Amino acid sequence: MSESDQNPSQDQTDTATTRKTNNKRTVLTLALVTVLMFGFAFAMVPLYRLVCSVAGWNSISTNSAEALAAVKTTTSDTEGTVENAARDIKVQFDATINGNVAWEFKPNVRSVTVKPGEKTTISYYVKNHSDKTVVTQSIPGITPWQATKHFKKIECFCFETQTLKAGEAVDMKLQFVVDTDLPDDISTITLSYTIMDTNRTESLKPDKSNLPSVGSL
Amino acid sequence: MSTTATHDDHHHAPPSGFGRWLFSTNHKDIGTMYLIFSLVMLFLGGGMAMLIRAELYFPGLQFLEPDLFNNMVTTHALIMVFGVVMPAAAGMANWMIPLQIGAPDMALPRLNNLSFWLLPAAATLLILSIIVPFFGGGAPVNTGWTLYPPLSVQAGMGMDLLIFTLHVLGISSILAAINIVTTILNMRAPGLTMMKLPLFVWAWLFTAILLIMIMPALAGGVTMLLFDRHFGTSFFDAAGGGDPVLFQHLFWFFGHPEVYVLLLPSIGVLGIIVPTFARKPLFGYKSLVWGMGVLLLLGMVVWAHHQYTIGMSVAATNYFMIGTILISIPVGLMLFNFMFTMWRGAMTFETPMLFAIAIIMMFSFAGTTGVMLAVVPADLQYHDTYFVVAHFHYALIPGALFGLYAGVFFWLPKWTGHMYNETLGKIFFWWTTIGFNLTFFPQHFSGLAGMPRRIVDYSVQFVEFNQISSIGAFIFGLSHLLFVYIIIQTVRGGPKAGDMPWEGAQIGTPGLEWTLSSPPPFHSFETPPTVK
Repeated sequence: MSESDQNPSQDQTDTATTRKTNNKRTVLTLALVTVLMFGFAFAMVPLYRLVCSVAGWNSISTNSAEALAAVKTTTSDTEGTVENAARDIKVQFDATINGNVAWEFKPNVRSVTVKPGEKTTISYYVKNHSDKTVVTQSIPGITPWQATKHFKKIECFCFETQTLKAGEAVDMKLQFVVDTDLPDDISTITLSYTIMDTNRTESLKPDKSNLPSVGSL
Repeated sequence: MSTTATHDDHHHAPPSGFGRWLFSTNHKDIGTMYLIFSLVMLFLGGGMAMLIRAELYFPGLQFLEPDLFNNMVTTHALIMVFGVVMPAAAGMANWMIPLQIGAPDMALPRLNNLSFWLLPAAATLLILSIIVPFFGGGAPVNTGWTLYPPLSVQAGMGMDLLIFTLHVLGISSILAAINIVTTILNMRAPGLTMMKLPLFVWAWLFTAILLIMIMPALAGGVTMLLFDRHFGTSFFDAAGGGDPVLFQHLFWFFGHPEVYVLLLPSIGVLGIIVPTFARKPLFGYKSLVWGMGVLLLLGMVVWAHHQYTIGMSVAATNYFMIGTILISIPVGLMLFNFMFTMWRGAMTFETPMLFAIAIIMMFSFAGTTGVMLAVVPADLQYHDTYFVVAHFHYALIPGALFGLYAGVFFWLPKWTGHMYNETLGKIFFWWTTIGFNLTFFPQHFSGLAGMPRRIVDYSVQFVEFNQISSIGAFIFGLSHLLFVYIIIQTVRGGPKAGDMPWEGAQIGTPGLEWTLSSPPPFHSFETPPTVK
C-alpha cells in the first residue's frame, strides 16, 4: 500500500515514532529486570548462608564449635532447674549413606537415655569396603528441629573430614550434651548423620550392578 | 517514517510454503503455531499420564520400572506446564492481544518469531532427556518436576538435557513476556486507556510481568545445579558446605508464582466469556484488575509453603501460612465477581460458557483444598500424598487448561471464520469434565488415607480408588480426540461465522477483535483505530 507510505498523515508518523522510542525504553527496562532477577538467584547463595548462620539453621558447624564455650558453663556445673535436669531424654541415632558408595556406616548404639546437662559420649562405626582411599564428611540433622539449638556437640566427627584407606574401619567419637533449656514437651531427640564422599565425581559414578535398568518389560 | 516503510514490505498476501511459518513475523501465524505446538505436546504429556495411570491400575509393578515411572511423572509435569499451558496461553496472547488493543502486530515481531522457534528446540531436548537413559546415559531423571538435589545431582545425562531444556524454555518465555508487556503498554490504539482494556489483556500483562520476575531465578537455580554436577561447585552439596534446601527455595521462588502464570491467562479468558454469555458487563472490573495485582504480589512472597517439612522456624512457617491463606481473598474476589456477573444475567450455555461455569465450581474446590494445605499442622500430614496431587490437578486443569479450552471455543469462529459444531462442543465438555472429576476426585481420599505420590507401587487398600482414577483418566484422555476432531472440522469448514459471532461479545470492556472480519485479514489495524 504505497499510498500510505507516500502520504502518511502527520499523526500516524508521530504515533509510529513515539511507539518506537517507548518500545525501546520498555524493552530495556524489562531486560534490566531480567538480568537483575538472574543475579538475584545467585545473590540468594550468600544471603541464604547469612540468614541461616544468624538464625542458626542448617550448617555443619551449627551448635558445635561455636557454641562450645557456652556449653561448658552449663555442663560443668549443672545450673539448670532441678526438675528439668532430672528428667530423662531419649536420644536416638540414625545413619544414612549418600550416593553409590561401598561403605558401611552405623551408630554403635541405637539410642541412649540422658539427663539434661549430662555429658554423653557415643560412637559411629564406618568401614570403607571399596578398594580406594576416600575422604568422608558427615552432615548432621536433628529431629524435632526445635531441639537443634539445645543439642550441643562438644566433640564430633562431623567437625572434620575422615580419610579412610581401602578396607579401613574406624569408630568415630561423638560427645554431646543436651542443655537444660530443652523445652519440656521434647522427650525424644533423633540425631541423624548422612555420610558423604567429598570427592563427588567418584561417588556418583554409576555403579552398574546397583543401577536399575530402564524400560525392561 | 521508517516504520511505515518497513510495513510496506508486508503489504501483500501471506507468503506461501514452509517459509511462511519458519520466518513468520505475523502475530496471527505465530499464535497459530504456538497453539498447534501446545496441542501436540498435550498429546505427548497426556500419553505419559495414560502410562502412569495404566501402571497404577494395579498395585505392584506392571510394565514401568520405578525409575522410568518417576521419569514419566517428571516429564509429564514439565511438558504440561512448559509445553502445553504456557505455549497455549502465549498463542492466545499472540492472536488476541494485538487484535484486542488495535495494534498492527506485536511490538517486536522478529523477537516473537524467535520466542516461538525456541520451543521446538526445547521440546527436542526434553524428549532426548527421556531417551538417553536407554542408550547408556545413566539413570533417568527420577526427581519429579521439582528437580531437588541431591537426587538430581546423581541422575544421568538426561538431567543435563533437562537443565538445558529449562534454559531454552526460560529464554523463550522471557522474550515472549517482554514482547507482550511492551505491546500492551505501547501499542494500544489511541484512546484505549488501560482501564478500558479487556480483562484478558490485563491478565496477560500481569502474567508477563510475573514471568520476567521468576524465570531468571529458575534459570539461576538450574545453572547452579549444572555447576554442582559438572564443575565441582557445592551450591547444594552438603559435603562441600552447601545446602540442598537452598535449591528448594530457589525452585519455589519460581514455582509458586508459576502457578499464577498458568492461572491468570485463563482468568482473563473467563473475564471475557462470562460477561458475553451472561449479557451483562463484568461485575467489578476494577476490583478484578486490582485483585490480580494483589495476587501477583502475594504470590511472589509465599513460596515456602511448599516446604513446610524442611524444618523452618515457627515464625517463618507462620508467615508463609498466613500469607498463603491471604491469597484466598483476591482469588475468592475473582470468583465472586464472576458469579455476580452471572447473577440475573440473560444467560445462554454455549460450550465456552459451560466451561466457564464448570471452572468456577471446580476451581473453588481446589481453593478449598488449597487452604487446607496452607495450614501447617494439616500440611505436615498431607505433604507428598495424593491429596496434593488432587489439589493441584483441580487447580490447574480447570484453572488453566479448561480456561484455555473455553478460549479456544470462544475465539475459534474468529480465528477460522467458521462456527464449530455446538453439539460436539457440548459433548466434549461433558465428556472431559466427567472424565476429569472421575480421575482426580478419588485421589483426595487415597491421599488423605496416606497414599504417597511419585511411587510406582502402592498398598492394596488403595486399589479401588486407583482403579476409578485410572478409568477416569482413560475417559478424560480419550475425550481429547474429539477436541482435535472439532478443531479440524472447524478449520476445514462449517457455518460461516459473522464478525461478532457471539451476541453478547460487545458488552462491558470488549476487545477490538469484533470490529474485524472473521477470520481477520492477514494484516489488521494498519491504521490504528480510535477508541472513544
